[in-house]
Amino acid sequence: MTAFGKLIRTTAFRLTLVYLFLFALFAASLLGYFAWNTRRLITEQITTTVNSEFADLSNLFARRGLRGLVFAVENRALRPGANLYLVSTPTGQAVAGNVGALSPGVMSSSGWAETAYQRLDEQDRATHRALVRVSELSGGFRLLVGRDLEERKRIFGIVAYAAQWSMLVVVVLGLAGGVFVGRRVLRRIDAMTGTTRRIMEGDLSGRLPVGRSGDELDRLADNLNAMLERIEALMTGLKEVSDNIAHDLKTPLTRLRNRAEEALATSGSEAEYRLALERTIEESDGLIRTFNALLMIARAESGQAGGNAEDFDAADVAKGIHELYEPLAEDNGLALRVVTMPAPLHGNRELISQALANLVENAIKYGKPAHPVGAPPADAAASAGQLPILIEARPEGDTVLLSVVDHGPGIPETDRKHATERFVRLEASRTQPGSGLGLSLASAVATLHRGELRLGDAGPGLRATLAIPAHSGEGLVGQGSV
Amino acid sequence: MTLIEPESQMRLLIIEDDRESADYLAKAFREVGYIADLASDGEEGLAMADGGDYDVLVIDRMLPKRDGLSVIGTLRDKGNRTPALILSALGQVDDRIKGLRAGGDDYLPKPYAFAELLARVEVLSRRQGAPAEETVYRVGDLELDRLSHRVARGKDELTLQPREFRLLEYLMKHAGQVVTRTMLLENVWDYHFDPQTNVIDVHISRLRSKIDKGYERPLLHTIRGAGYMIRDGIR
Repeated sequence: MTAFGKLIRTTAFRLTLVYLFLFALFAASLLGYFAWNTRRLITEQITTTVNSEFADLSNLFARRGLRGLVFAVENRALRPGANLYLVSTPTGQAVAGNVGALSPGVMSSSGWAETAYQRLDEQDRATHRALVRVSELSGGFRLLVGRDLEERKRIFGIVAYAAQWSMLVVVVLGLAGGVFVGRRVLRRIDAMTGTTRRIMEGDLSGRLPVGRSGDELDRLADNLNAMLERIEALMTGLKEVSDNIAHDLKTPLTRLRNRAEEALATSGSEAEYRLALERTIEESDGLIRTFNALLMIARAESGQAGGNAEDFDAADVAKGIHELYEPLAEDNGLALRVVTMPAPLHGNRELISQALANLVENAIKYGKPAHPVGAPPADAAASAGQLPILIEARPEGDTVLLSVVDHGPGIPETDRKHATERFVRLEASRTQPGSGLGLSLASAVATLHRGELRLGDAGPGLRATLAIPAHSGEGLVGQGSV
Repeated sequence: MTLIEPESQMRLLIIEDDRESADYLAKAFREVGYIADLASDGEEGLAMADGGDYDVLVIDRMLPKRDGLSVIGTLRDKGNRTPALILSALGQVDDRIKGLRAGGDDYLPKPYAFAELLARVEVLSRRQGAPAEETVYRVGDLELDRLSHRVARGKDELTLQPREFRLLEYLMKHAGQVVTRTMLLENVWDYHFDPQTNVIDVHISRLRSKIDKGYERPLLHTIRGAGYMIRDGIR
């Protein structure tokens, strides 16, 4: 498409054309009204003048007779810019006046008429137009008084002339304005299109230019930029996910393969084969668990798991999880306690239970006091070994808090933010058994409920809290803030 | 150790489009004494299930021609109440709920261990056979009264925590059948997620210390690679 073609297709230009047409129509009607009114006014003036002179002359005729009238008419006809006069005999012969010729029949009919005429005193004998009043006087004489219409024509001409020029100016200015606005808009749209194309080609860091005027295009660009920001964050997240999937699944897959290869290479006894196969199954089970956890997180992140929201008490969830894990904690030499207050909640009970279970499993796995049994008995750190892992459920304002507090080494302040980020695993936990996705899942579940996972210091130890709004709206969200 | 007598052999229909999985399942089920028929798509499966007298249906969720949920739905509409277990690659909680709402009796996400599938199929087929719920379960000299919540072994009264009672109740209800860890987590605790730790084993070992410790004949057995079973004596 040519640049001009593009220009005249812009909305701005088309709007300009519409406005131009409307404005021209308005100007034309204004001028028309003005012209018509002026004409009426002039005609009125002429009528008044003619009437008053006619009255004068009729009077004169009545008092002084024909001689007086003729004398007066001759007198008045000589004045500069004089009106038109004509006095005729009953046979139609002119006796006085300054009119040379008239349209035929004007003199014989009484009343007002518009007629062509020629003046007696002019050399060129040009034909003009006039508005005249003819009337019969006593004795069959006829009197004509009239006024030239040249003035009316001239004023009309001026108006028409003005109308022509103003139309021209309106059209030219309007088109120029349309082109200006159209090109301005077009330039900005072109800039946006260019950026969009770059983004479509894969450069997600591109942003639309935003002007300072804060007009509708700027607002649009602002919103699109916010959207791009979001998409870029999601894409980055997705890339992290695929990287993590690659790592979390490829590593055990490699182990699996190596083991099978090794078993094949070394011709062993049946017992050895059996052992190799059992370990293969174990490894695949671990793989499946990791895969399930990743899928679960992905679903929670995308909001697909939001279909089963129900009303329940977070305290019951805490008690249930406590009941499930209490023996396990005890076997690991840890006490597990639960402290609850009624905390009604609307959400996916199963997911929240699982998130809390993950936090408790983490606490049991990593939450052992850092100091071994050999520490001095008077030392405060040694007595920390008696401190239980605590599960808490309580409402706080509009938020329900589900916390797990342990007295292990905790997570260093600098790592905490990192730990709650999606799919980020702390190096320290990568080497530990388990899928290592517990915190990620808990965080994803919190996000799904428009809440968050908070990691804090329990001095010493970790306080992991699921903070979830009691009424997270009608449904669950696909995404909270990134 | 099969408990199935030849004359009352269980008849099983497996509707699965993946040939290899289907053959593997049929072979595995036949080895433990089942009669296993195969259907490879939804229409064929529906026709066979409708006509044949099966004890349990094992149905893949995604099938050619007619999907698994629709097969079950159609059977239920016709008044066929044969227990159906759904196999699915979709393992999330809401998929499971959808499957059960469609008329399925159990839901097992892929991939699964055969032991898990076998245990669930056995429970399903037994469920159909014995609709009357007894009030007192007995295994050997162990007795559990579901109404008075009383548990006794021989002459000894046993004191169980409420959850231990429910755990034992579930095990005794399915006495002689393998019960997997996942089944226990689903039916006793009503959780459908996969704990990363051996939390069920710990509960079992507590229960075991209460009902078996100090007695000559252990009743609660660990079935390696599958789960647990409560029964009198080992054969």
